[in-house]
Amino acid sequence: MNLLGKLDWSAIPFDQPIIMGAGAFMVLAIVGILSWVTLKGYVPYLWREWITSVDHKRIGVMYFLLALVMLLRGFSDAIMMRAQQAVAAGGAQGYLPPEHFDQVFSAHGTIMIFFVAMPFVIGLMNFVLPLQLGVRDVAFPTLNSVSFWLTASGVLLINISLVVGEFAKTGWIAYPPLSELQFSPGVGVDYYLWSLQISGVGTLLTGINFVTTILKLRAPGMGYMRMPVFCWTSLAANLLIVAAFPVLTATLGMLLLDRYLGFHFFTVDGQGNAMMYVNLFWVWGHPEVYILILPPFGIFSEVVATFSGKPLFGYRSMVAATMAICVLSFLVWLHHFFTMGASADVNGFFGVMTMIIAVPTGVKVFNWLFTMYGGRVRFEVPILWSIGFMVTFVIGGMSGVLMAVPPADFQLHNSLFLVAHFHNVIIGGVIFGVMAGYNYWFPKAFGFKLDERWGRASFWCWLIGFYVAFMPLYVLGLMGMTRRMQHYDNVAWQPWLVVAAIGTAIILVGIVCQIVQLVVSIRDRDRLRVTGDPWNGRTLEWSTASPPPAWNFAVLPQVAERDSFWVAKHRAGARQAQPEPARQYEPIEVPKNSPVGVVNAFFAVVIGFALIWHIWWMAGLGLIGTFLAILVFAFRDGDETEVPAEQVAEFDRLHEARVAI
Amino acid sequence: MNITVAVESGEALPSASEAGPAPKRIVVAYGFWIFLLSDIVMFSALFAAYAVLQHASAGGPTGAQLFNQSRVAIETACLLASSYTCGLMSLAVNSRRRFATYLGALLTFVLGVAFLSLEIREFADMIAQGAGPQRSAFLSAFFALVGCHGLHVTAGLVWLVVMMGQVASKGFRPAVQRRLQCFSLFWHALDIVWVGLFTVVYLMGVTQ
Repeated sequence: MNLLGKLDWSAIPFDQPIIMGAGAFMVLAIVGILSWVTLKGYVPYLWREWITSVDHKRIGVMYFLLALVMLLRGFSDAIMMRAQQAVAAGGAQGYLPPEHFDQVFSAHGTIMIFFVAMPFVIGLMNFVLPLQLGVRDVAFPTLNSVSFWLTASGVLLINISLVVGEFAKTGWIAYPPLSELQFSPGVGVDYYLWSLQISGVGTLLTGINFVTTILKLRAPGMGYMRMPVFCWTSLAANLLIVAAFPVLTATLGMLLLDRYLGFHFFTVDGQGNAMMYVNLFWVWGHPEVYILILPPFGIFSEVVATFSGKPLFGYRSMVAATMAICVLSFLVWLHHFFTMGASADVNGFFGVMTMIIAVPTGVKVFNWLFTMYGGRVRFEVPILWSIGFMVTFVIGGMSGVLMAVPPADFQLHNSLFLVAHFHNVIIGGVIFGVMAGYNYWFPKAFGFKLDERWGRASFWCWLIGFYVAFMPLYVLGLMGMTRRMQHYDNVAWQPWLVVAAIGTAIILVGIVCQIVQLVVSIRDRDRLRVTGDPWNGRTLEWSTASPPPAWNFAVLPQVAERDSFWVAKHRAGARQAQPEPARQYEPIEVPKNSPVGVVNAFFAVVIGFALIWHIWWMAGLGLIGTFLAILVFAFRDGDETEVPAEQVAEFDRLHEARVAI
Repeated sequence: MNITVAVESGEALPSASEAGPAPKRIVVAYGFWIFLLSDIVMFSALFAAYAVLQHASAGGPTGAQLFNQSRVAIETACLLASSYTCGLMSLAVNSRRRFATYLGALLTFVLGVAFLSLEIREFADMIAQGAGPQRSAFLSAFFALVGCHGLHVTAGLVWLVVMMGQVASKGFRPAVQRRLQCFSLFWHALDIVWVGLFTVVYLMGVTQ
């Protein structure tokens, strides 16, 4: 009985210079940041104001930062794959051996979906939702902190896998029987499973939290049909989280039982059924696509209306389309595997449903176009991303509808055509939307705008780089190239792959521009300083100071119509700025900070790591630690502190949020 | 402003959706309902897996050969009765009667433990007969589905003990009452899942 389970020195790949280099770089970066923070004496500040914070705005910013860091990691994987495929033609093997290449594409997909796109979107929802709803926080602030830190635990585990042991070589979907113990005896699949299980719990808790927030906590007067569209799309996305993530948890749980306790859910022997995994996985997986894209649809709706200076065209149809997508997203999962061999009727049904779900999406695109039509469009960075999205996403959507035809899909299944399609909608939809939201809400979060010039440069590099990188993949897919090839014999493919690699380099320039934009903006923050309402906004988040105080609103806003802040500004203008009645300030209860999130995350990492390496005693200790941490939290007294009325009034005097028109 | 005044002056009452943030008691219970729904979705995935693998016994024993109807009937009676005593406990909590709360909790706990020990007995017997989860896909799905429910019951029992500690040390303060309310929702939801499980696994299992 080994005290450290399967873990020994052979777990660290000393003979792999690429992995060791990347690992050394990561360790150096972490040590560097930690020692800089410690030497500068920032630790108490970080602990008090960020790590233990339960403020939805702080948590939102931390989610976003986490996603930005992981974007760099996932993008490094992308560069490695593109470089490998650009050279490994004919007899050449490239520089990545197959077992390493397999880990790279698996890690790329897993990281980009779970640890880049999800935290980007959840971070924006965290920051924006309570402000748009006109309330002071989410329904369960401490739970929100727990969710964030569980996501961070998953991130930590997946990064540990780079240096200690290996990652899955199964692709990000980890289909059995390949992912079963019989064919993947290493710890790679276990890293995949435990990091997703732990972060999945965090995501589920977020979904519960936000659904409750949107349905039960809105400013007085904000009926459902007065909510901003971003709140509607977030509601739909979180309903999907609540309905879909438990299926992922159960499915991955079954695979864990197969791998750890010798169950036979998906094994070849014992009459297991591997196709059941594929079905269950996509019952979660297709709604997940809409969990990612619906909030960006909301962002575009806000951005297009604000920068066109017009109310959103077709608000009601936008809401109906959102909820239609929410329901239909559960009826299309089988289009991910038409080649399973289901009957023509089954394939036909799912093909038709897939085409139908394109209809509400089309409604949305027309609504955005009609909102811009006749408006005075201000071409600032957020609207650039939005227009880039509309063009790109429509192309990606059409290639999707093409593959919804089962006979066509038989040809295109698992080809680079598919890879091009989903990058077309995820980059063109989710990432462009997140970038629009980032540029749009950054001044609200920090009180100064992001630099415009670098923002434009970044947008153009991303847009051009995207087309150069992914249009060749459509061609390659039609030429018959399948995905995940470590090397290939057909040299006719190589020129296209070289072009794709160049496109990746252009996107890299775009990412560098974004980092420069952030640095330059922080340097020039005094020049870029803004009031509460830098964009002449329409919704409630612009009616408070930038950055907003911990309590968001000194007095809860009264809502009487859609776009109430916009209407209020115009009414004030019409009345020739009559002095407002003096505000009545009252003391405000704000939730206390709590370390329970970060402590739980620590134990979650311990449990996950211990289970991956079969160190059972450590897993037991971790479980006891989690239980005790929750117990201590449950027995603490007083969840809230009171901000005195004078302090609220003082803040209001110093931060004039109102904007003269 | 009371309701009669509002009606007489001809003003429309604000609809419930425009009433502003809901009180904490409502928000907590509502959030917990959403959690229960998500939990039931997770069970539905396990149910689906069971339905698919029901006949995949790989030459091993089938449900009809394994399930002991009378034991399952006693198990079911224990769990349903514990829901009743849990309801009595909720009434005691609402009227802030401490002794009655402890009594209700104790009965719930004992019935829950009885349910669990019968279930563990069943599992142990099956494994002793060579019908463990490693035997076939059918048995994997059975142990996962029933075991997942059993784990929920175990977690509920631990939660109940912690809550009695809170009642003892903190009394019926609002936070404790909200948690007890959530506990009883959780306990009743486990009953609902069991009714489905009893039907799909045990009743339909022996007819085949």
